[in-house]
Amino acid sequence: MITINNLNFGYSKHNLLFKDMSMQLSAGHIYGLLGKNGAGKSSLLKNIAGLVYAQSGSLNVMGFNPAKREPDLLADICFIPEEFHLPSIKIDAYIMANAPFYKKFDHAYLNVLLEEFNIPISNKLVNMSYGQKKKFIIAFGLATQAKLIIMDEPTNGLDIPSKAQFRKVMASALTDDRCIVISTHQVRDLDNLIDTVIMLDESTIALKASIEEITQKLTFKKMKELDETVIYAEPALSGFNVVVPNYHQEDSKMDIELLFNAVLAEKKKLKPIFN
Amino acid sequence: MEFRDNKAIYLQIGDYVCEHILLGKWKDEEKIPSVRELAVSLEVNPNTVMRTYELLQNKNILSNKRGIGFFIAEDAIKQIKLYRKVQFMDEELPVFFRNLYLLDIGFEELETRYKKFVNQTFTNP
Repeated sequence: MITINNLNFGYSKHNLLFKDMSMQLSAGHIYGLLGKNGAGKSSLLKNIAGLVYAQSGSLNVMGFNPAKREPDLLADICFIPEEFHLPSIKIDAYIMANAPFYKKFDHAYLNVLLEEFNIPISNKLVNMSYGQKKKFIIAFGLATQAKLIIMDEPTNGLDIPSKAQFRKVMASALTDDRCIVISTHQVRDLDNLIDTVIMLDESTIALKASIEEITQKLTFKKMKELDETVIYAEPALSGFNVVVPNYHQEDSKMDIELLFNAVLAEKKKLKPIFN
Repeated sequence: MEFRDNKAIYLQIGDYVCEHILLGKWKDEEKIPSVRELAVSLEVNPNTVMRTYELLQNKNILSNKRGIGFFIAEDAIKQIKLYRKVQFMDEELPVFFRNLYLLDIGFEELETRYKKFVNQTFTNP
């Protein structure tokens, strides 16, 4: 669905954010895009959506070059940015003005989502809270029936019940012909929702692996005392939370925060395990 | 459903499915929730539920009728007991024994408590 080859990108020529980045994303998955502040998560998403242009390298999204912004491609991309601006009109006016750009737009589904998210249709967009606005653009984006769904920090600003609603909606939105990419710092909000982790660090992809592959190769567990097998450890109540190579085919639950810190701290030890 | 800390999610979902069958919440040879339905209700990735269903199919607990969905296999309950027993003996019993040993709990006290528990929990009023 998405093929990135040798992408070089930066907001200035002398200071590249991505160097020679290559990666493939396919339909039928929910990718979780992780990285420190400033690692380039939003910039990568914007590249894929055709909102910024790379210095060199190629980017293929469903057969198109997104930088050309062809309507046939844009009608199949739903992009939920972290910061957004909504016009001072009512919800139904917004829908009337924007839904026609999407051939497959599903009005019935939109109404279901708005009801689930508790958003009254007669509201003016500007008068709603940030969380309500966010829920509205998520609902609108999903109702476009786009094949590629890109979300930048979608759970920011959502209240506790809305986060659960969001997870349910996303679980049902994943179909075999759809690709969902979500960037987030709120890993606990999404850790059971994503099936593949993409981690950006130091201008490149530090890790891209499915949770199945990660837990086949690594074990996440508690240990009372550290030994030489430990790749990465953090002190915890009564011992340590550790990442160790999965020697005994254990089926542990991935701790996404621990993995994140392990990748940042122990790149050299982890690299050979995943190559 | 509350997920625990240490066990892979797809296995925890497996336990959840098995419990529903053992407790009769899902009936013999009935169609069970689709991959998508269960993923939505547990708020997890549908691929994870698919992995669970495939595992349980391999253990002869579920059967897959192409194009229709997953069903409870014929002698699912027997198969679940086999599967869960191995899991229990390997994973939970050592922890339990360790605590018995550390806390000096005798088998007699255990037996009384066990009978009382079964009575209170599993007998219908």
